[in-house]
Amino acid sequence: MKKWIAFSSILAKDMRTYYLKPPNISWGLLFPLVWIAMFCVRSGLGLESLSTLLPGLVALSILFGTTSVLSVTVTFEKKARSFERLLLAPISLKVLMLAKTAGAILFGVVNAFVPLLVGAFLTDLSDVNWAVLTTAVVLIAISSTFLGLFIAVSVKEVFEAQTFSNFFRFPMIFLCGLFFPIEKLPLLLKPVSYALPLTYGADVLHGAIRGAHVMPLFLDLAVLSAFCAGLFAVSLRNIRKRWIA
Amino acid sequence: MSRESPMGGSNKTAIAVSGLAKHFDEVKAVESVSFEVEEGELFGFLGPNGAGKTTTINMLTGLARPDAGTIRIAGIDCSRDPKAAQHLMGVVPDESNLYPELTGYENLCFCGALYGMRRGEREKRARELLQSFGLSQASGRKLGGYSKGMKRRLTIAAGIIHQPPILFLDEPTTGIDVASARQIRQLIADLNSSATTILLTTHYIEEAERLCQRIAFIVEGRIVRIDTVEALMRDTQGRYVVEFEVSSGATALCVAIRQAFPALECERVTSTALRVESREPVRIGPLVRLIEDHGEEVSEARKIRPSLEDVFVHVTGIEASIMKQERERMGKGGGA
Repeated sequence: MKKWIAFSSILAKDMRTYYLKPPNISWGLLFPLVWIAMFCVRSGLGLESLSTLLPGLVALSILFGTTSVLSVTVTFEKKARSFERLLLAPISLKVLMLAKTAGAILFGVVNAFVPLLVGAFLTDLSDVNWAVLTTAVVLIAISSTFLGLFIAVSVKEVFEAQTFSNFFRFPMIFLCGLFFPIEKLPLLLKPVSYALPLTYGADVLHGAIRGAHVMPLFLDLAVLSAFCAGLFAVSLRNIRKRWIA
Repeated sequence: MSRESPMGGSNKTAIAVSGLAKHFDEVKAVESVSFEVEEGELFGFLGPNGAGKTTTINMLTGLARPDAGTIRIAGIDCSRDPKAAQHLMGVVPDESNLYPELTGYENLCFCGALYGMRRGEREKRARELLQSFGLSQASGRKLGGYSKGMKRRLTIAAGIIHQPPILFLDEPTTGIDVASARQIRQLIADLNSSATTILLTTHYIEEAERLCQRIAFIVEGRIVRIDTVEALMRDTQGRYVVEFEVSSGATALCVAIRQAFPALECERVTSTALRVESREPVRIGPLVRLIEDHGEEVSEARKIRPSLEDVFVHVTGIEASIMKQERERMGKGGGA
């Protein structure tokens, strides 16, 4: 019970002080809309082909929504030493970090449904497998959030967190099969694609929205889950090693 | 606020530290530190900046891992069950680490929640603390708008929101104004009188002398002396000190005094102040004449009661002037 009180208070504080702030709300809404407009215009395919772009737009909205906020807030709190207060609390590091990341995961899930909502008005989504799509959205949000945590633990300054985030995020736009099929990538880049969690998330989204996945869905979901567990475990180990040294 | 002993009444040691060591690369921050703090005691950890005080506190509270040694908080081995130990302790860091975007009241409620306090319980306690710390008027204001002294008081309140039997206070009065420092010292004394065990680190010697029952002197990561304030002060008995304010040339005058009166110790305090010490009562007249013979004027000569600072200087070998410079650099609040 005590653990739950601490968990819910950390989540509620973070939601209030970071995620529900007007700049973040507008960012969460505006960013996916801009992606939609940009890709529709650039691809020249028009709104009728939105379902082709939708998996990539959903994945990008989650990726940018989660990593941008989490990596910056954790780095900021570490720098301001308020993170020490959390480390001093009698709750396990695992519970503490789950509480710190829960807000970003929720924020990512909400971001994902902005392009889906727009898509529902502009194109036919009746064939979408919503159960698989929701599972994928949640797992992509968790893996992206834990990637943000990994970044936050690896840097010291807020600007470093932003730079390091982009080091992962921008290549992922091109390498994870969001808009360009992985089969068409140069042979040398393909192993890199399969080393990135978003590749598996995007494949599930393509499968759930268009029925066009490359790998078996259970394999995608299993690898994505493994990435979530791995990134979280590495981040916890790094926190113990660097912040409680 | 009286509580039952967290140790069940039989074991009276609140903090037991043995052979504690911590290195940062090649630097030995803390080396072979051992001490015990009794339940209900106000124990001072005194030393200059960089002596290892904060590193020791960080290890005791779980923010740093010792390279060697054992720590027991209320009998709990911290290496085995650090979270159980953290339940029993409150920590007030040397700088406020509360949330500037939350109000004073919200900060206290949030800190209470971190210790698993239920909503009604933490809200009631937060209101009580704001009242007793003189912050009721500012409870609805965001922390960003608080003065340094108010922030420090709120940080102490946050450290005791869950009524811990053991409190770690790291440099509580550094860098704040004299009035706030005095108020905080009173709060510390009140907390201690209500049975809270307190480990206080400070580099303000007068503060430690005024508040603490026992004091450990730490220099370059090693404890050089632990004793009660009374026992430490006994070291100063039979010592006589006179300070002179002169027009200039204190260094040269010290040399002259030592040559003329070999039984006296003379130390330059500033360019216009010097300090004469002896095991025998110091006769001021001959010293004034000697100073005037050297073409300088004496504007003031005063007999000084030897203080804990003298003991500190004697035990650690650190010049009093170094401690004074630190005080000036860190802020004006600590002067007791």
